Amino acid sequence: MNSSADGVDASRAGAAATLVPERRVVLEATDLRRTFTGGSRLRPTHVSAVHGVSLTLHAGETLGIVGESGCGKSTLARMLVGLEKPDGGTLRYHGTDVTRGRAADRRLLRTGVQMIFQDPYTSLDPRMNVGDIIAEPMAATRSAPAAARRARVAELLGLVGLAPDMMSRYPHQFSGGQRQRIGIARALALDPDVLVCDEAVSALDVSVQAQVINLLADLQKRLGVAILFIAHDLSVVRHIADRVGVMYLGRIAEEGDTEVVYDRPAHPYTQALLSATPSHSRADRGKLSRRRVLGGEPPSPVNPPAGCRFNPRCWLATDECRTEQPPLRALALREVACHHAEQALAEAVV
Amino acid sequence: MNPAGTAALRVRDLTVTFTGGGREVHAVRNVDLDVARGEFVALLGESGSGKSVTARAVMGLTDEYTRVSAAELVVAGTDLLTLSEEERRLMRGERMSLVLQDALSALNPVMTIGNQIGELFRVHRGATRKQARAAAIELLGLVGIPAPANRVDDYPHQFSGGMRQRILIAMAIALEPEMLIADEPTTALDVTVQAQILDLLGRLRDQLGMGILLITHDLGVVMEVADRLAVMYAGRIVERGDADTVLDLPAHPYTQALLRSVPDAAARGHDLLTIPGSPPSPAQTPPGCSFNPRCQMAIDICRTERPPLRVVAEGRASACHRSEELLHELVS
Repeated sequence: MNSSADGVDASRAGAAATLVPERRVVLEATDLRRTFTGGSRLRPTHVSAVHGVSLTLHAGETLGIVGESGCGKSTLARMLVGLEKPDGGTLRYHGTDVTRGRAADRRLLRTGVQMIFQDPYTSLDPRMNVGDIIAEPMAATRSAPAAARRARVAELLGLVGLAPDMMSRYPHQFSGGQRQRIGIARALALDPDVLVCDEAVSALDVSVQAQVINLLADLQKRLGVAILFIAHDLSVVRHIADRVGVMYLGRIAEEGDTEVVYDRPAHPYTQALLSATPSHSRADRGKLSRRRVLGGEPPSPVNPPAGCRFNPRCWLATDECRTEQPPLRALALREVACHHAEQALAEAVV
Repeated sequence: MNPAGTAALRVRDLTVTFTGGGREVHAVRNVDLDVARGEFVALLGESGSGKSVTARAVMGLTDEYTRVSAAELVVAGTDLLTLSEEERRLMRGERMSLVLQDALSALNPVMTIGNQIGELFRVHRGATRKQARAAAIELLGLVGIPAPANRVDDYPHQFSGGMRQRILIAMAIALEPEMLIADEPTTALDVTVQAQILDLLGRLRDQLGMGILLITHDLGVVMEVADRLAVMYAGRIVERGDADTVLDLPAHPYTQALLRSVPDAAARGHDLLTIPGSPPSPAQTPPGCSFNPRCQMAIDICRTERPPLRVVAEGRASACHRSEELLHELVS
């Protein structure tokens, strides 16, 4: 279990420097790994979806995870809620090791870590009414007697801004934004300490998206729940997250306070990603033509490159990058996994 | 080729009605659109606002349960309303083309990419197999597919999402049409790939001088590329004009609210401004102005009388009873 702990100590020490000491650590992942095996029996292919990701989530904070499709964001989310078993590394919830996914571990994780899914149209059972959907976590964990559940469902509906008398309706009678609220109410049913939102607003229209973002921020203020917010939309993450981690091909490329990472990115990939994001201000028109252009297609996690996983597309890559995987290290208020972060930071064009 | 100065697309009073299921649903009502040659026009709207239906109606891609009527439907000088079905079919691809959002379902999975692109040249230009293949390789290079000569015999599933989208664009521009309609071409893509696609569209527009109608719900994309802008809500265009002015000083409360509900770095830590409720279904639009139940500025007249789209300032039109107030309030 602890075979890979050595490589992690360095990055842990870096993280400790930026921690706010009084905040409790709720969820702690250390060097999580997950590899999927596919292809034929004779010539199996290995997809290294998450490769050594460590993160710490404190009570009441929002950690954003951004990255392009295929970078392992969703696999990471599924491991954190216990839907996927890590191949390596450890996952601790309030200090208890739950990595192995025994029955007791799963019970603990389920009451404490809940997930909000991306698609509000497929994540609700169409044959169950809203009351049953929201009460199901309580029924499954037998945490409340049947009589008390109804009252709790009404309370939860009120919390997410829906009328309690909607309890007997079915999901198809609701719009996308309302369904996502139902999904949020269900996730809150067991009073969790952590909400994992995997692209929770990306399927919604802009005007509705803002409502759900506000709701999440408001719930966090009221309930003190920690949120892990996974999204590919950089401006949404910037709005909601206190800290942000940028993922590239199964690894964290850069992690730090939102302002630091967005305003002065130190990893070449973060710089390229931010420069390719269209600005929401007309004054910045033409920003995309000045962007840092990345060569090549996003590589697939099947046979990822040796050394730094970003090296084939990086304009700063040297021989060192092709052979040696850069560890996450502290630099100018954030942690960054790049051999040439100082140079990248100095030359930043964003 | 038509002389420069002719509009690439001119649509007047386009109405699309779905007649399936024993009732009529007005998905698009009285839409006017103009795209000049070499111009990038964005059609902005939320889901269900009728953007894609407009695109399909202009292309003539409709089924038996769709009724399309228009006073004028002119693409690069040719009146589509007077053409037969066969003549319209020949125009598609040749002089007007459409890039669809979902590239995997828009490509034929059992045909190689080379054959799919080459088919255009063989059908429309009578090219031989060899010529068509050479033209396909050239096009793949143009849209930035690496090693096109090796990839031309691959099947769609062998390409990534961004590459498939570029293949669709390659097919759409193969015959150098005068009008290109791109229906959410970048929605399913990552930002780095999106930037490449937008670059490509802009470059092609400059090189070939075609008019591009970009259909999108992404304000960031609109900010970046649009010369002119039309905003759709519940099947109607509610605001139209030069992109700089509209985005700077919206004359319609919906446009204004939309611009304010986008997360912005400056507003961090504060609540986002939201539009209450959700967009109406095209089957049940409220009486009066369609936006009135969600509008913060709604007054009595908004609930009974639908405001027409009228010119409110130089080169811009808005469909709101209180546009002038909105404009002046913002100016002062």
